[in-house]
Amino acid sequence: MVDDDAALAEMLGIVLRREGYEPAFVSDGARAVATFQQVRPDIVLLDLMLPGRNGLQICQDIRSQSTVPIVMLTAKGDTVDVVQGLEAGADDYVTKPFKPVELVARVRAQLRRGETGQAESLTIGDLTIDVPAHQVSRDGTPIPLTPLEFDLLVALARKPRQVFTRELLLEQVWGYRHAADTRLVNVHVQRLRAKVERDPERPEVVLTVRGVGYKAGPP
Amino acid sequence: MSSDLARSGELTGLADAPSDPPAAAPAPPAAAEPGAWREQVRATARRAELLARRVGQRAGRAWRSSLQVRVGAITMVVAGVVVVIVSLVLFRQISDQLLQVKRQAAVDQSLAGVSYAQTEVAGIAAGDSASVRSTLSRTVSGLKSRGGAAGDFDVVMVYRSGDQVSPASSRAQVYESLPGDLRAQVTAGAQAYRYATVPDAEGNPVPTLLVGAPVPSDGASGDRVELYFAFPLDQEQESLQLIRSTVAICGVVLTLFVVGIGVLVTRLVVDPVRRAAGSAQRLAEGHLEERLAVRGEDDLARLATSFNAMADSLQKQITQLEGLSQLQQRFTSDVSHELRTPLTTVSMAADVLHEARADFDPALARSAELLRAELDRFEVLLADLLEISRYDAGAAVLDAEQQDLGQLVLRVVDGMRPLAARLDCPLLVSIPETAVVAEVDGRRVERVLRNLVGNALEHGAGRSVEITLAASEAATAVTVRDHGVGLSAADAQHVFDRFWRADPARVRSLGGSGLGLSISLEDARLHGGWLQVWGRPGQGAQFRLTLPLVAGGELTSSPLPLRPTGWAASRPAAGEEQP
Repeated sequence: MVDDDAALAEMLGIVLRREGYEPAFVSDGARAVATFQQVRPDIVLLDLMLPGRNGLQICQDIRSQSTVPIVMLTAKGDTVDVVQGLEAGADDYVTKPFKPVELVARVRAQLRRGETGQAESLTIGDLTIDVPAHQVSRDGTPIPLTPLEFDLLVALARKPRQVFTRELLLEQVWGYRHAADTRLVNVHVQRLRAKVERDPERPEVVLTVRGVGYKAGPP
Repeated sequence: MSSDLARSGELTGLADAPSDPPAAAPAPPAAAEPGAWREQVRATARRAELLARRVGQRAGRAWRSSLQVRVGAITMVVAGVVVVIVSLVLFRQISDQLLQVKRQAAVDQSLAGVSYAQTEVAGIAAGDSASVRSTLSRTVSGLKSRGGAAGDFDVVMVYRSGDQVSPASSRAQVYESLPGDLRAQVTAGAQAYRYATVPDAEGNPVPTLLVGAPVPSDGASGDRVELYFAFPLDQEQESLQLIRSTVAICGVVLTLFVVGIGVLVTRLVVDPVRRAAGSAQRLAEGHLEERLAVRGEDDLARLATSFNAMADSLQKQITQLEGLSQLQQRFTSDVSHELRTPLTTVSMAADVLHEARADFDPALARSAELLRAELDRFEVLLADLLEISRYDAGAAVLDAEQQDLGQLVLRVVDGMRPLAARLDCPLLVSIPETAVVAEVDGRRVERVLRNLVGNALEHGAGRSVEITLAASEAATAVTVRDHGVGLSAADAQHVFDRFWRADPARVRSLGGSGLGLSISLEDARLHGGWLQVWGRPGQGAQFRLTLPLVAGGELTSSPLPLRPTGWAASRPAAGEEQP
């Protein structure tokens, strides 16, 4: 939990402990990455506006070391900050002021990742997905993905003929019950494409269906 | 085999075509040959017509769009007409003058000739025909050798004694081509002249001035001598031809010259104006540093100077505004962050208290509830205030992408169902069968529709609320109609005002901030769309959101009427707000 506001941090601590989580706090951005390496948390809650170091920078640093889920706390719900944060590697975000329920729901949704279902092997485009092993490979070469990107790819691959609207993906991959920010989907599809496509300009794995959403590329 | 079939088919085709369709089939190719030819002609005609129309269109466009073309064409027509008139008058004057001089000389010469002939033929009547002939030819050659002021000429003398006519001429063709009426006039004793065509020695027709005069004789009454002079006008004609071509060439040159001057002068004026227009356009496109070069001190230089002054002041103001807007934007986002963090803490604390309220005594429990509820309101108000200040700062950005509006409307309506159920208010949705896909900012459109539907439910008095979506080629519209308390004309004027409430005493079930419709109006405007309202007191109200299908598109009309059906324009609507 990286936040410079002591009161908010304490309040978040109370809420998260009530839900059975064990939070560790960093108030100084400069020590965030060091603490991360020391604590090895299951999830990172990150305030984007921090003294010392920019939240975006911390986000990128953590993402370069780990695939741990990152949820941003932001006071600017509809500015470029959100897109920048998502592009820096955050999986989801909550806008201040948020309700405890909302935050806990986001945290749960992110932590639920990795609880994969039955053993199966999927193909999407020219990729092979080994679901229980959490591995995606092209011609035997594994492609590293974050759990969120993996889930996004699996969701598309499981129903190769279906066109997924952004809303549907928000529900299936992020666990949103109600309408949420579709930029989450856009940004993560871009990030996913950057990793799995041979040419991200001409996607073959994750195809855009104009005006509707996305679908899996033909194998 | 097949050709046999075809031939028999051709023979029987007409007779039993209805009963024997395959037999009738070969007939069309035979008929098609002339048809094809006609078709070809028609196609060529169509092509020619198309070409002519295209050329006409291009000329029309050049006429409309270029001042230079217009000035050139007008100068050409005016100068051409003037030149043609002047040259016609000039030519007529010159030719009249030329002929008049010639005629005068001719008449003078013929008078002199008459008096000479008179002395020569004094005793002609006494002689026999041979002596008459010799006298005549002598006189003719005498006249011819005398010469005159009127140039080259031929002479004919005619001696008439009763029925006997003996002519003598210096050239035979002249006598033969003397016009009858001229001879009649001369015979009657008058001097006369005519223009006629007389063949020259080679037989080529030459325009000729013929002058005839009777030679008075003091002899017997039956005898007459007539004297004719023929002055060929070929030289005059040649001169006139020369003058004509000179005048024509001069006219054409003069016209072109005038047109050239016109175009040149226009160009001198038009070019700087065009440069100014180009600069103004670039300025409008946002190149604020665009300036015009100032040369000299004429009107065009003044235009350039004023233009530059305007651009300077525009640039200054825009830069200033940009600075202000950036300041405002930063302020907004700072306030936003600074306010939101403590608000989050307070809100979370309130939530914790609210969840534990069962353990409190009633007063504390109620306090926790109020705290929670009012914090919700406070959050909505803060969010709305920040949103409207973003609009005021010009910091709102349209994040448009292709959206299925039908899905969007259904999503909004589904989100509103709990409230509708609580108010016991039926929600009726009408969506076209074909998907309405428009380039819109889904978040904003959803917010507008949520607002409109929420308002309709709140003011709908429990009667049905109808939501209708429709689209045309360029626009799409959503109307939200309620049958509740409605709006008066005065209300309709203020419904989009900030913090405005129709009835301050009314209970609000949504706990809105009073900024909802103001934000909705801004959202619509950001799309280049309209948000309008119609209403009648006690009869409900209808809000209409019209958006262009393509972001940045221009709206000219809405696919849905603002007044609900049944309220057609028979009476003026109670209130309409045109943004």
